[in-house]
Amino acid sequence: MANTKQAEALGHRKLGLGDDDVLAMYRQMLLARAVDERMWLMQRAGKIAFVISGQGHEGAQVGITWPMRRDQDWLAPFYRSIASVMTFGMTAEDIVSAHLAKGDDVSSGGRQMPGHYGAKRYNIVSLSSPVGTQVLHAVGLAMGAWVRGDDMVAMTSFGEGTSNQGEIHEAMNFAGVHKLPVIFVCENNGYAISVPLAQQVGGLSVAIRAQGYGFPGVTVDGTDPIACYAAAKEAHERARRGEGPTLIEAKVVRLTSHSSDDDQRRYRDPAEVEALKEHDPIPLFANRLRGAGILTDAIEELLRTEIKAEINEASVRGEARPDPDVSTAERYVYADEVWP
Amino acid sequence: MTELNILEAIRIAMDEELERDPNVMLLGEDVGRKGGVFGATEGLFAKYGGKRVLDTPLTEAMIAGAAAGAAIYGLRPIAEMQFADFSYPAFNQIVSEISRMRYRSNGTFGLPMVIRMPYGGGVHGALYHSQSNETYFTSTVGLKVVAPGTPADAKGLLKAAVRDPDPVMFFEHKKTYRLFKADVPDGDHVVPIGLADVARSGKHLSIFCYGYMRFCALEAAETLAREDGLEAEVVDLRTLRPLDTAAVLASVAHTGRALVVHEANRFGGFGAEVAAFIGEAGFESLDAPVTRLAGPEVPGVPFHHSLEDWFMLNPAKIVEAARALAAY
Repeated sequence: MANTKQAEALGHRKLGLGDDDVLAMYRQMLLARAVDERMWLMQRAGKIAFVISGQGHEGAQVGITWPMRRDQDWLAPFYRSIASVMTFGMTAEDIVSAHLAKGDDVSSGGRQMPGHYGAKRYNIVSLSSPVGTQVLHAVGLAMGAWVRGDDMVAMTSFGEGTSNQGEIHEAMNFAGVHKLPVIFVCENNGYAISVPLAQQVGGLSVAIRAQGYGFPGVTVDGTDPIACYAAAKEAHERARRGEGPTLIEAKVVRLTSHSSDDDQRRYRDPAEVEALKEHDPIPLFANRLRGAGILTDAIEELLRTEIKAEINEASVRGEARPDPDVSTAERYVYADEVWP
Repeated sequence: MTELNILEAIRIAMDEELERDPNVMLLGEDVGRKGGVFGATEGLFAKYGGKRVLDTPLTEAMIAGAAAGAAIYGLRPIAEMQFADFSYPAFNQIVSEISRMRYRSNGTFGLPMVIRMPYGGGVHGALYHSQSNETYFTSTVGLKVVAPGTPADAKGLLKAAVRDPDPVMFFEHKKTYRLFKADVPDGDHVVPIGLADVARSGKHLSIFCYGYMRFCALEAAETLAREDGLEAEVVDLRTLRPLDTAAVLASVAHTGRALVVHEANRFGGFGAEVAAFIGEAGFESLDAPVTRLAGPEVPGVPFHHSLEDWFMLNPAKIVEAARALAAY
């Protein structure tokens, strides 16, 4: 049983979250991490050509997407959004199948690189590789809801490097003009591949830019899923009240290299890389949950056993799925199958 | 039937589509209160309100990208690039996103949307209000590209574009907006995308054209018939992608000579595709080399009227090219 006083101190209850909810959030983080780690193993084993990771971002992604309504709201993610897309409904098997580029992978049927998430069935917009384009899609979805007068909220996420793209400015400005129901999430891990924040962002803050667009910009500790949830819940409520967008800048760490084709030891001090582990959101959150009496050794053991089984099963099932049929490579260029 | 110019036909098409389907919306710079810089959306803001006829900030990437997002949400946006020349900030959205969305999502996400592209010179717009940049888009797989040359086609093709499940680039030659009036069928007149129109039949040579060049080619054909006794067949392609290859081959089989005319520059222009296609698939019909008459190889239409006149294609230049081809 959770210690009442210490559990109160975690701060989730006053946000309307139960002990079960925060445990479910923790499980979601663990699951995303475990799938992510499995993808690296499979990449090292030669089964997967490329991996781009969300490790270190899970606390922010789970906390921020948690208030979103899966059946109604939309997400335009980015390539590190593994825990976000899983919170929106993607399964471990979906992620494995996408990395293996299987023919029935929900994101692209094996057409896109790993990390290019998207699925209509989960209200997740298909993502491309030029960074920042998805932010305008989220704004367009929000514009659609605004034109129709319905209650959808769109969320989009991107890194601090991407925050400098012109399309981000165009998107935020337009959303600010019409108070569109959209939540902008900048997951700031301090590095755009090899280029540090100080060489990417004049003023060092992405959140502060929101002032110029006429909506709130908040900075949160992205290793704290409860704080992230609180910021996103408020943003979601604002959007639903017709008060417009919010920009959330979540400070996170990138625990891996940019991708499997990168080696961050070439441009980061090894001591700095080692120190990142202290900001890993998973043990940080686990310790707080333990302190609150919500997480115990027995629960931890149970969760890890469940997740291991889930991933093993997802891997077996994902690998057993059919590869793309080359004879289908010309399909879905246009809606008409027949093209002169 | 009602006599309309192309601008009026475009406005009526949008009005009728807005009326027919609540998911249709317009967005672009000055399309609302002002009614568009050319007047194409005049009266629609008052009739449908500022959400469905939406004045955007001066941000072309946003216009295209937000239209794409709205299309994902089930709307049918008609986005206006104020001038085709200004569409380049939106190029990333159009080429990376809009054209590829269906393919990259394995058929899950389609984008039913139209991007209106007022293009072409002869309007004293110089380098940046005169471009014919259709080739960037005809070479992009996943887009459809339409360029009407009559009021009836402008109305019918725009309606077809709005209803199409795929993104359509809709090229409107600015010089044709008020150039002439012609009969337009009343009511729900839809012209299918992908079909050329034989604007005038003839047996001596084929002139393949689109947009404003249809008007010029028809005038040229009159002159050729009157002064030379040459019967030119004028084939208005109307849709550039997908190209009506059957109509192209049928005409070449009929005449044995092909002249492709467009205002965009020659090198790598749309005429190169038409010529290559005829060379590959219609070679045995040919009595002469396929010939192109195109805009000059300069980076844009220069401003002074004498320079602009030098740049622009016109009926006289088409007559000259046709005579040379007929004499081969």
